[in-house]
Amino acid sequence: MNAIKYLYAAYIATWVIHGLYVGSLVRRYQRLRRRMSQLGK
Amino acid sequence: MKKAFPILAILTVLLLSYAFYQAIWVAPTERTMGDVQRIFYYHVPSAWTAFVLFFVNFVASVTYLARRNPKADAIALVSAEVGVVFCTVVLVTGPIWARPVWGIWWTWDLRLTLTLVLWLIYVSYLILRRFSDSAQTPKLAAVLAIFGALDVPLVYFSIWFFRTQHPQPVIGGGGSIDPRMLHILLINWLAFSCFALLVCWARYRLEMLKRDVEEAEALESLLEVGPRDSKAEIPFRGEPR
Repeated sequence: MNAIKYLYAAYIATWVIHGLYVGSLVRRYQRLRRRMSQLGK
Repeated sequence: MKKAFPILAILTVLLLSYAFYQAIWVAPTERTMGDVQRIFYYHVPSAWTAFVLFFVNFVASVTYLARRNPKADAIALVSAEVGVVFCTVVLVTGPIWARPVWGIWWTWDLRLTLTLVLWLIYVSYLILRRFSDSAQTPKLAAVLAIFGALDVPLVYFSIWFFRTQHPQPVIGGGGSIDPRMLHILLINWLAFSCFALLVCWARYRLEMLKRDVEEAEALESLLEVGPRDSKAEIPFRGEPR
């Protein structure tokens, strides 16, 4: 069965989903840091 | 605790790399499906991790309802969010595996449909948390989470008690698995569990920081607006209106 592309697709999709989520956490953290620095002023 | 986070991060990366190596190069090739069966080492551990996270969400929600503990509420939110991410992985890798093996991307089979319903319940939980500002939101979300958790055993046992397109369970039930495959499956589950713990930890810290910032902002706005408002809204007695 020549289905190796599906294996690659599944593994890549897994890490894309996790990467997007971790990226969203980093963005949320940066936004909070900005709000904190504005609060400090 | 500050040192524990980078240590866990390094351990998780090492463990995930080792698990990947085992899944791709060491695990025996399945006789009928061939290499595509290796999706199993990502699909199944992701499902188990999602179930564990939804269980944590259930326990934290019950704790919140019983004790009104804000930390329990934060844990419930974090576990639901990370659980949805893992459940998304299950719903994406499943059809990618099904296409070459079953010849279809999706079928409205009991296991698949219940998993989709589970995902939708927890997505609605997160939408409720995101867009509702009411003080009752954590309470409502906790009740919704308890109903959502009822779907987890239904998803898990659906392949034990009903005839479905989905294969039988690999541990218990009617299925069987090569011991080497089982060993590598458990390594992958351990790796994904460490990854989930790491992400939950980061997300929990973020949530607590967000609550602190919101509290500080509310306090600041009270200090700024408070005296002016009190002058404007409370008229001096005896003064004509």
